[in-house]
Amino acid sequence: MAEVLVLVEHADGELRKTSAELLTAARALGEPSAVVVGEPGVTERALVALGEAGASKVYAAEVDGADAVLSSAALDALTKLVAEKSPSAVLLAHTADGKDIAGRLAVRLEAGLLTDVVELSAEGARQAVFAGSVFVDAKVRTPLAVYTLRPGVVEPEPQQSSPSREDITIAAPNGARVVERVVEPRGARPELTEASVVVSGGRGVGSADNFALVEELADVLGGAVGASRAATDGGMYSHQFQVGQTGKTVSPQLYIACGISGAIQHRSGMQTARTIVVINKDADAPLFEIADFGIVGDLFTVLPQAIAALKARQN
Amino acid sequence: MNIVVLVKQVPDSGAERQLTADGTIDRENATRVINEMDEYAIEEGLRLADTTGGEVTLVTMGPDEATESIRKALSMGAHKALHVLDPALHGSCALATSRVLAQALQTINPDIIICGAESTDGRVGALPAMLAERLNITALTGARKLTVEDGSATIERQLDDGYQVVQGSLPAIVSVWDTINEPRYPSFRGIMQAKSKPVTTLSLADLNVDPSTVGSAGASTEVVQHAPRPPRQAGVKIVDEGDAGDKLVEFLLAEKLV
Repeated sequence: MAEVLVLVEHADGELRKTSAELLTAARALGEPSAVVVGEPGVTERALVALGEAGASKVYAAEVDGADAVLSSAALDALTKLVAEKSPSAVLLAHTADGKDIAGRLAVRLEAGLLTDVVELSAEGARQAVFAGSVFVDAKVRTPLAVYTLRPGVVEPEPQQSSPSREDITIAAPNGARVVERVVEPRGARPELTEASVVVSGGRGVGSADNFALVEELADVLGGAVGASRAATDGGMYSHQFQVGQTGKTVSPQLYIACGISGAIQHRSGMQTARTIVVINKDADAPLFEIADFGIVGDLFTVLPQAIAALKARQN
Repeated sequence: MNIVVLVKQVPDSGAERQLTADGTIDRENATRVINEMDEYAIEEGLRLADTTGGEVTLVTMGPDEATESIRKALSMGAHKALHVLDPALHGSCALATSRVLAQALQTINPDIIICGAESTDGRVGALPAMLAERLNITALTGARKLTVEDGSATIERQLDDGYQVVQGSLPAIVSVWDTINEPRYPSFRGIMQAKSKPVTTLSLADLNVDPSTVGSAGASTEVVQHAPRPPRQAGVKIVDEGDAGDKLVEFLLAEKLV
């Protein structure tokens, strides 16, 4: 079976959720080998989780300064591994780093690149374009394919394996330097693009203070908080939580839209959610068209009632 | 400072968009606009030109109609434009697009290239990095803030959970998100001046690019088929009669979502 290289994403050896998604998706193409790039010692910390996620092999590319320079170490490691192992594909996450590395690798190896893929199969890749309104099935014509996978679209299916570890040597990183890394507070909530539940607020929420209600529902569901562009542009919520064409694309199991009318730009960021709930006073809000459960009503009465019911259940 | 801003004309994402039979984007029948993120790139380029006394050259690749977007961008204040125009480019993949744009950029030799982080039509999102690789220059991608001084550029690189401060030497390509600034509107004077600003057109022959390596025929990827997303199954829609919050929780329970 063909080998598929998967660039895993991790924070100091702790796998991000996208890594298990990538290893699961890669099985449709062949035998997934995990590529771990980072500071010395990092692979050891990731090995158990990689075995649980189903990596057949683990390539360790450890070098001083790997985290301090953008893309360089990963690009070097993948370039080297492609030359040595002749995989059929390289799979990365469609994230800030994944996009950069994929693009550079494709150019370096003149390999066809398909990004923001929502489904992978032996035949090729499916992409959801135009705000998710059109599915495109595409394939790569070059011997090596490079894909980036949209986070959240694949449900990880753990598959216990005992991967062998192979260390590869890469050059000292070189390029744009990461001077500082700042994690912005989001409380105890999960990261928006990784959350299985997202509760979003729009213009109808009305004010920054009122967003507390959206946050409360998110918290009781263990979810993340999102916002429409109208809400972020209106100063009600921070831009970093914007869901939509110019913000984040999310694919949670459950998306609850509160007071969001559903401009196509917003739909573009949430249309691949498994289940969509829409709460809006305006019965004609376009987002109702894609709702699995729509409530025409005032979010200021519906949300508190739902929160109370959920809390009562939890007790 | 020699500043280049990449501009792409796209179908308006707020209007009806479709693919043609050959799987390429229908640009002819679309409402055509400047890619939204590119307006922020233009604004950032103009601000940089103001502070460093530089000039902004727009670079675009696209069909004849792309001149509409060039004029709009010139009316915002950019100084001149370069339009890569060749019928053979129709259907080009990201690899070929980056190859052609890199050739065009080499004729200008910019200190800094600013572009949108992604286009609203193709949404590949990797072109800035691809150009950095082709041109062997610094890649500073996904900026929400840019500072340029002493031959280097520093950005706040927007991430899912915060940001990184990333620094690199010029020449560099910087891609920007819409969090970086507030683009200006063209002034009446700007619109009038734009009509006489120089726009150079370059063909593939001018750039020494073999036409067989670009376009649909030379593409490294191909669209096998495309179809409208199947409509979501009609859901339940209720009007709140005082119990919608409870009904919502019942729905979530029935769907095993809580």
